[in-house]
Amino acid sequence: MSGVLVVLEQRAGNWNRMSFEALAAGQQLAAALGISCSAAVVGSGIAALGTELASKRLDKVFLVEHELLGEYTSDGYVTTLEQLVKQAAPNYVIFPHTYQVRDFAPALATRFRRVLISDVVAIHAEGDGTPVFVRQLLQGKLNADYKQTAEAPAFISIQAGTFRADTVVEGAAQIETINPAIEASQIRNKPGERFRESASTVDLTVAPVIVSVGRGIGEADNIPMIEELAAALGAELAASRPICDNGWLPMERQVGSSGQTVAPKLYLAVGISGAIQHLVGMKGSKAVIAINKDENAPIFEVADFGVVGDLFEIVPALTKAVLAAKS
Amino acid sequence: MKIIVAIKQVPERDAQIQIAANGKWIDEDDLTYAINEPDAYALEEALQFKEKNGGEVIVLCAGPERVTSTLRDALAKGADRAIHIEADDLAQRDTLGVAELLAVAVKAESPDLILTGLQSDDLGLGQTGVVLAELLGIPHATIIMQVEKTDTGLRVKRELEDGWFQHVDMPLPALLTIQSGGNKLRYATLMGIKKAKSKETNTIAAADSSEAAALKLARVYLPEKQKKTVMLTGTPEQIAAQLVEKLKFEVRVI
Ligand SMILES: Cc1cc2nc3c(=O)[nH]c(=O)nc-3n(C[C@H](O)[C@H](O)[C@H](O)COP(=O)(O)OP(=O)(O)OC[C@H]3O[C@@H](n4cnc5c(N)ncnc54)[C@H](O)[C@@H]3O)c2cc1C
Ligand SMILES: Nc1ncnc2c1ncn2[C@@H]1O[C@H](COP(=O)(O)O)[C@@H](O)[C@H]1O
Repeated sequence: MSGVLVVLEQRAGNWNRMSFEALAAGQQLAAALGISCSAAVVGSGIAALGTELASKRLDKVFLVEHELLGEYTSDGYVTTLEQLVKQAAPNYVIFPHTYQVRDFAPALATRFRRVLISDVVAIHAEGDGTPVFVRQLLQGKLNADYKQTAEAPAFISIQAGTFRADTVVEGAAQIETINPAIEASQIRNKPGERFRESASTVDLTVAPVIVSVGRGIGEADNIPMIEELAAALGAELAASRPICDNGWLPMERQVGSSGQTVAPKLYLAVGISGAIQHLVGMKGSKAVIAINKDENAPIFEVADFGVVGDLFEIVPALTKAVLAAKS
Repeated sequence: MKIIVAIKQVPERDAQIQIAANGKWIDEDDLTYAINEPDAYALEEALQFKEKNGGEVIVLCAGPERVTSTLRDALAKGADRAIHIEADDLAQRDTLGVAELLAVAVKAESPDLILTGLQSDDLGLGQTGVVLAELLGIPHATIIMQVEKTDTGLRVKRELEDGWFQHVDMPLPALLTIQSGGNKLRYATLMGIKKAKSKETNTIAAADSSEAAALKLARVYLPEKQKKTVMLTGTPEQIAAQLVEKLKFEVRVI
């Protein structure tokens, strides 16, 4: 086929919303290179998803079905996709950079003696040149251009929010059903039911104002300074992951890909660098203010107002000014 | 149980980063380094697992001479011995190349369990562990918060997106990539630091890479600013006053 193959993610018949961002990436890469784009969906009892995909502008939709694929396992997916990639022979295989893709795609690429180009934030491609895939280094402080020097296939995963799902082009595609050869004995891991920890008592999603604290706070004893600012603003207190990992604030106050997703009127980020896993949880906020001593901190990329400075000087002054303005 | 923990040395978080003159990596001259954070949690998980179930914890790191300081810290925290794969050319190797280096050292030890961090702070690939498992032909699970021994192998708690989790049962030998926050990190005690001096570090020379890298890092650069952020400057009091203005009249939360 020598085109682009996008592997979409679903669970129990529901799409992972990042799937269509990856599809948009695939369509755009194919258009830039003048090659075809196809898509695949893997699972059991997913005919309806195949039909939905067939309404997109694609060369082909591969409906990859097997009862052993009802529940995700790395072994099941690697075995299946190895067969699919060999059969379809694409030049580029594109995935959304989800937790599931992190779990199997590096092993899949290894089967082809290739290396997954993971968490890509931009693709520069045109004509017959080798495309450039941009990844972030050092938690978003730097960008890096990567090129594949080996022959096809190339394996690429796309960071959340990089491409817009609503730019997927509609059209019509043929569906090809594929039944991979897998044996139950090839699947070594036994996944259990999904569960959540006990219900949280704070619902950050409804808070109109959030003051969020990151590792810049230094130590647990400094947290009350942030609490005072939050109290002055009538805001909920939230945090980045390391604060919760350290037990300085409870897990339920964590914002990000493994915590809550919030969209308040104001998100005030104090001493937070702005790693992508944090940004995905708060970039829908109407206004963002960031206080950080590093002018190159990625958090400023999503901030409306920024202060480059020492939070230990800025925060007490701000708390005082807010209280004065309110009284 | 014999446990190997792969730990990576990365630039310290607050380090001032400069792009190297060749534009292909960062300037390493004045950098200070530390253990990759998830790897510290992987080491902690291994030490606690050993305390519960017995066995041996070996730390493994590929990199230049400077990484021995990170291995020494791990020994001081309680690892039993260390393996240093001495390699000055990691930047020329891709993930597969680095995983192959680690695989050689791991195979020689035949461990029951291998732990890595889920992702490195500098390259952020999130892959080396999974690739290593594939090279070794053993099962793996990623983004793991807890590890328990069962009669048939392991039961691990895997983090999923948006606050969901899942238990996975798996046979041994196995490889797990560890997420931060599953346990509390310990500090090295004075006693530990003293003991570390007598612990063994086995240094092995990295073999030349057998194959050309599949990927090439062509250029590193500062990301272009896409958003127009209004930067507020002045004394802390002046900045606070400006922020209050914005909060009142633009954001309208006061
Ligand atoms: C699979 C996965 C899931 C994850 N899920 C989440 C998640 O849900 N939520 C989340 O937040 N993270 C998550 N992370 C972690 C994420 O990658 C980052 O490590 C984390 O967000 C960093 O937190 P931070 O910004 O507080 O710390 P750091 O990155 O250490 O940043 C601290 C910042 O404080 C600044 N600072 C230091 N001192 C001062 C001072 N005196 N004044 C002002 N500024 C100062 C520094 O310049 C720096 O920018 C996840 C990671 C992975 C791999
Ligand atoms: N040079 C190395 N030496 C030892 N372990 C490493 C090395 N590089 C990566 N790792 C391990 O692989 C994990 C994931 O790294 P990465 O794939 O770069 O995100 C790290 O957390 C380490 O546990």
